[in-house]
Amino acid sequence: MKRQLYRRLRLQIIGLTLVVAITPLVLLGGAIYNQFARAHEARIEDQMRLLANSQSSAVEVFLRERTNLLTMLVETHAFEQLANQAFLMDLFERLNRHSDQLGLVDMGVIDNTGLHVSYVGPFNLKGFNYEQQPWFGEVMTKGKYVSDVYMGFRLFPHIIIAVRGRTGEHQWILRATIDLDMLNRMVSTAQAGRIGDAFIVNATGIYQTKPRFEGAILDNSNIDPKAFSQGATIVTKKDQGAITYYFAGSWLKNKNWLLVIRQQTDDEVGGLLHTRNTVILIIALGVLAIIITTIFITNIVVRHLEAAHQELDMLSSQLVQSEKLAALGKMATGIAHEINNPLAVIGEKAGWMKDLLEEEEFKNSSNLKEYLSSVAKIEEHVERARKITHNMLGFARRMEPRLDDVEVNRVVDQTIELLSNHARIQNIEIRKAYHSALPIIASDQSQLQQVILNLMNNAVDAIGSNGQIEVATALENNHIFIHVKDDGPGIPKELQRRIFDPFFTTKPTGRGTGLGLSISYSIIAKLGGTLSFQSEPGKGTTFTVSLPVVTPEKK
Amino acid sequence: MTTFSVLVIDDEEDFVTTLVNRLQKRKIEAQGVTSGEAALEALAKADFDVILLDIKMPGGMDGIETLREIRKRQPQAEVILLTGHASVETSIEGMNLGAYDYLLKPVKLEDLLVKIAAAYEKKSTQDKS
Repeated sequence: MKRQLYRRLRLQIIGLTLVVAITPLVLLGGAIYNQFARAHEARIEDQMRLLANSQSSAVEVFLRERTNLLTMLVETHAFEQLANQAFLMDLFERLNRHSDQLGLVDMGVIDNTGLHVSYVGPFNLKGFNYEQQPWFGEVMTKGKYVSDVYMGFRLFPHIIIAVRGRTGEHQWILRATIDLDMLNRMVSTAQAGRIGDAFIVNATGIYQTKPRFEGAILDNSNIDPKAFSQGATIVTKKDQGAITYYFAGSWLKNKNWLLVIRQQTDDEVGGLLHTRNTVILIIALGVLAIIITTIFITNIVVRHLEAAHQELDMLSSQLVQSEKLAALGKMATGIAHEINNPLAVIGEKAGWMKDLLEEEEFKNSSNLKEYLSSVAKIEEHVERARKITHNMLGFARRMEPRLDDVEVNRVVDQTIELLSNHARIQNIEIRKAYHSALPIIASDQSQLQQVILNLMNNAVDAIGSNGQIEVATALENNHIFIHVKDDGPGIPKELQRRIFDPFFTTKPTGRGTGLGLSISYSIIAKLGGTLSFQSEPGKGTTFTVSLPVVTPEKK
Repeated sequence: MTTFSVLVIDDEEDFVTTLVNRLQKRKIEAQGVTSGEAALEALAKADFDVILLDIKMPGGMDGIETLREIRKRQPQAEVILLTGHASVETSIEGMNLGAYDYLLKPVKLEDLLVKIAAAYEKKSTQDKS
């Protein structure tokens, strides 16, 4: 019952403490992680935005440089010069010699009828007519043209730059093919990390450069370029299960191409994962420390509480015992006093009868002997009743103990001496085991002797005949202990609670008043000590008197 | 044998008459009264060597009051408190007021006679000195 109470108390304290201590920790950890994740995400987005911007600028510059080169050529050369196959070849070789990073695969001149009049390059395209090609008209009207990737006559994906030349009224076109590999290489430098990607799509989402993983040039990228507004570089997110994809898109300023940088969580977010694991580890360690500390402290507190409770219980049971004794004592005193007066009258009357029987006229009475023995019996029983009432008054008497210098071993020895004859007759052996160096204490010698005599008497009565009593003294924790141990039948469990109650006795009527142990208990309590016992039915009983070591005042 | 006078004061009449009879039978000049007031009258008529006094006497003067009067009127007399109703406090008070001894009823006559003799002994030695 009490144990359950403490178990519940322990659980309540632990539960409440854990909730109060762990909740803020977890919330704080979560908030910090969340803040960190958001900052981390913002940083990724910034980086991607920057990368997309710089890459798209680089591609812009690349295309503009090539367009400007062609424009410069048509401005500085006449159609006849460039339409000359040999001149064009010479020019193309010199340009390429000048820079191996030029990235022009071939070059050709187309007249105003769409006829390819001169051509240098790996494909034999001279003589093809481009009039029907959609870009031909656009160059003729706008003057400059950069194509998306397309198959064309050569049936191979490529990009062309075309500029319009003008010689008098004659309009013509200088056209060059861009090295797609060079563009690919340029874009792929932005393919960051293990799985980051970078590529260009046109206005309808068709790959213009090769993506790193799935897909080829001219495949549909499944990216909706309309989601990326013109002129700005923005980042969108797409969640697919556990993986979040980040897309940063930047439109080229001089070509409606979108440069796309793609990242996904488990790559770019690796640092974040590490941070998250660290946070979780710290929180877990914190929680563990809190749990261990809480349980440890709770156990200490509850154990102390339990001990205090037990002590309180013991004190209150002692208090109950002494209150019971006080109440019974008061009653006993009242009864004893009321009985003493009639007893005195009975005693005196019997005595008077005895006095009268000695007179001459009664001496010859044939019943004299009977009268005398009856009077003697009355006197005997008055004496018996007197002993009881006087014992009762002795029990209730609140006389302060008279403090003498007491040698406990000597008092015990003298008391044993009083009983030794009686014990010998009953064939009871009395063994002594004294502590050899007990200090002399300030106590009441005669009251102590009364207690020991009472305990010894009880031991003798318990054994009856043929047995052994061991009387031992000991010194421990500044207390002197007197143990009186018998090998009698022991005290039945159900009676153990009552043995200190006044008038409780197991002895035959007329043998015991039932006051011995309760008087002894009061005496020892007044002397500042305790009287306790241990009894095992069938094995015997040990009574223990404990007295504080009080050093006598020097006289 | 020297005889001496004893006054028995006790509210229990049976006790007083019987004890007085028994003392007289032993050649002691004994007289009994059953209240403090009656005791004062007796004290006015005669001197006593030893007085046996009950402490608790309901109605009228109680033992301690009576004892105070006795100490005033016949300070030479030795008083033995004899009672069935004694509390420790009243006994101590009685002893402080100069009572010779204190006995708890019932008392065997032999024991009482020893006490009376001892009290008389003390009184006689004090009278001589």
